[in-house]
Amino acid sequence: MAGLHKSEFENPVINWVDSRLPIFTMLQKEYGVFPTPRNFNYFWNFGALAMINLVIMIATGIFLAMNYTAHKDMAFDSVERIMRDVNWGWLLRYVHANGASMFFIVVYIHMFRGLYYGSYKTPRELLWILGVIIMLLMMATAFMGYVLPWGQMSYWGATVITNLFSAFPLVGEHIVTWLWGGFSVDNPTLNRFFSLHYLLPFVLVGVVFLHIAALHITGSNNPLGIDVKGPQDTLPFHPYYTIKDSVGICVYFIVFALFVFFAPNYLGHADNYIPANPLVTPAHIVPEWYFLPFYAILRSVPDKLGGVLLMFASIGVLALLPWLDTSPVRSARFRPVYRILIIVLVVTCVVLGVCGGKPAEGIWVVLSRIATAYYFLHFLVILPVLGKFERTLPLPESISRAVLPTGGGPLPGGAAAKPMEKA
Amino acid sequence: MADSAAAPQAAPHAGGAEVTKRDFLKLVTAAGAAVGVGAIVWPLVDSMNPSADVLALSSTTVDLAPVTAGQAITVMWRGKPVFVRHRTPEEIAKAKVDDKGRLPDPALDAARVKPGKEQWLIVVGICTHLGCVPLGNRSTEVRGEYGGWFCPCHGSHYDTSGRIRQGPAPANLAVPPYAFEGDTKIKIG
Repeated sequence: MAGLHKSEFENPVINWVDSRLPIFTMLQKEYGVFPTPRNFNYFWNFGALAMINLVIMIATGIFLAMNYTAHKDMAFDSVERIMRDVNWGWLLRYVHANGASMFFIVVYIHMFRGLYYGSYKTPRELLWILGVIIMLLMMATAFMGYVLPWGQMSYWGATVITNLFSAFPLVGEHIVTWLWGGFSVDNPTLNRFFSLHYLLPFVLVGVVFLHIAALHITGSNNPLGIDVKGPQDTLPFHPYYTIKDSVGICVYFIVFALFVFFAPNYLGHADNYIPANPLVTPAHIVPEWYFLPFYAILRSVPDKLGGVLLMFASIGVLALLPWLDTSPVRSARFRPVYRILIIVLVVTCVVLGVCGGKPAEGIWVVLSRIATAYYFLHFLVILPVLGKFERTLPLPESISRAVLPTGGGPLPGGAAAKPMEKA
Repeated sequence: MADSAAAPQAAPHAGGAEVTKRDFLKLVTAAGAAVGVGAIVWPLVDSMNPSADVLALSSTTVDLAPVTAGQAITVMWRGKPVFVRHRTPEEIAKAKVDDKGRLPDPALDAARVKPGKEQWLIVVGICTHLGCVPLGNRSTEVRGEYGGWFCPCHGSHYDTSGRIRQGPAPANLAVPPYAFEGDTKIKIG
């Protein structure tokens, strides 16, 4: 039997497959007995939720594509047909449209978790950067998906966003013409956006796989932000966290269902139910809510190129975060100053979001400028300096010492997983 | 792609640090592969540029006769709106006075119209900021503080010569290439 994997599964069929391709062994190792810090709180649900959301988006998207027509004269009507005539078409579309919002809610909370508990710090820098790439891909996918119904907001959103690239000197105009495949947003633009909107989610799946692969090398961070010191600090992923995730998934589905069944258009814009008209710009162009903070940063700068660069920089700065934050302590629980500042940062982002939804005039310009300045100040000045001066609280000796009433003696429940870990 | 980091491994074959035949072969192979990849990628990239049928639609003829002084019409050229405005003598005079005003993108009014046809201002109706269509082509619409056009998206004001005067837009409304074919007919593009 040389060359075969020595499988420990008793079911002969599973054993036969597993001996030749050890996927069951891998699943058991990575999702069954995988040692996971025992002190997760519900913030640790959001990675699993994001994964489920991605699956929902791909599934509903594939079936929507069966009824969608990517042509400027037919796209709007084909979406209306999905809503009125296609069996369950309204459900597919509302799940897909609200699913995009749910995806950003989940991912923004997932990112907040990372910021609050210092999950981006060594050794998880690459894991974090892969996350930033996932967010960029999500933003591109969401933007192109929003263009497909070819309503007024689709058309003018596409016009404004693609025009961002014209800010670059010399090559800007050529880039925009290339993106459009013409001299304005038109049928070629719609066609390529559909093609890319279908492609990018699968690229996302690939990067998510890398994100999880990297996670399973370093292991998860935890609310205490200290390293796992031994088996007494961990629990097997199954059943402990499969069950904990399931609880979160139920709550997530309730929120999702509330949007889909009771307020399906609450997060959208009425203007997008007007077919695209290249001759009339809506009085007030606003992107979807999840882009509003970035839109506010864009508009806060009086210079076109400056605004565009600053908007991209607001995401780029996240990728540099592992090196900008100089504090060796991960969790905000033990960083009294950072703990307040991270809340201030969240408030700043909310303020930016509100400003992005308002017309760019008067007090809103002033507010968005202050908030933009603070956003960059937080990452580029405060974090590097704070790490050097902040007096952090003493860290607990170990996870089990901190969270178990017995102080982390050997537990029968925890011990059960050990023999399998060694296998 | 092969990289130079692999070169030291080749050293034992030659028994020294000098450049070996293997290094040369690696470089040539990598360079050949790079050229090949480039040759394959370029058609893919260029296929996204405007196609022949899109380029073929790049001129429009406009009859100016029905447009009376003070009126403006919007025509489509390359999928974009083009403003054709029949300016009143006062508007022309204002544009000339403004030649000496504060202009973020300085241009003389005379340079933005055809000689002897100063009443006809033809500009692409796309705000140079982020591509919205400015208001003001109908006399009932807001024309901004300088009597030309006003972009509602981010608040850019254009004057009666289509020049940017105030707001985030970096440049004047573009003047498309056009020529008069007789007194009351133009060909744009």
